Amino acid sequence: MPVVFFLVLSALLFSIGVYGVLARQHAVLVLLSIELMLNAVNVNLVAFSAYLQNAGLGGQVFALFVIAVAAAEVGIGLAIVILIYRNRASVDLDDMALMKW
Amino acid sequence: MAAPWQQGLFWILAVVIAVSAIRVVTTRNVIHAALYLVGTLMGAAGLYMLLVAEFVAWVQVLVYVGAVVVLMLFGLMLTRAPIGKGEFDNDQRPLAALCALAVFGVTSWILIDSFGDKKIDFGGNIRSTTGDVGMMIFRDFVLPFEVVSVLLLAALVGAVVIARRDPQ
Repeated sequence: MPVVFFLVLSALLFSIGVYGVLARQHAVLVLLSIELMLNAVNVNLVAFSAYLQNAGLGGQVFALFVIAVAAAEVGIGLAIVILIYRNRASVDLDDMALMKW
Repeated sequence: MAAPWQQGLFWILAVVIAVSAIRVVTTRNVIHAALYLVGTLMGAAGLYMLLVAEFVAWVQVLVYVGAVVVLMLFGLMLTRAPIGKGEFDNDQRPLAALCALAVFGVTSWILIDSFGDKKIDFGGNIRSTTGDVGMMIFRDFVLPFEVVSVLLLAALVGAVVIARRDPQ
């Protein structure tokens, strides 16, 4: 099977994630879009791991690391979102302009 | 050398992934967005199965579908998101669509240009890779593995510290 099928699918997933990050206003929905982008990277890593079979399974191991880091990122991100909601009663990203220059 | 069922399964999974990913970023209901993300993640897990990476697939199901999506749903419910008719998009949607299309066009052009004629060789001897992944992690990637575990611990403690209410 051509490896480019998987690569183009992951490019599609990544650009959908880019659209979500740029167009969404709700902080948790932006986090969901970031998960889409991380998944695109994982699909890429696993596809290359299957393609470069003789080079070992480093791609799969890196995909596992990406999953672990994504879990950590979601925990921290949601903690920040909940803190902002508690302080400002809103998770609208356009309201969070306090640190804008 | 890919069997027809592998091609067919790939296209089914690709359609599921693409449709539910687009619904994640376009739906007006935040809960539906999180549930469509489950569709995308399960489709990606199916792709990993297809690519003979069954350990990654089950980790994806356990960690992403089991933990991350549930955490997201908690976040949505704790922030009392207006469920239903909310407007969650800002006014730069056309610009964002243009940007995403540009990213997709450039990356897929480069990928097709460089890997257009390369094929994944499934071969005749498809076998489990879980043991090999374990050997790889604990022989070649021990230090990164430990660093990731410390990172997870630090993130967990940090999340508790950030989200805790101050005692006074």
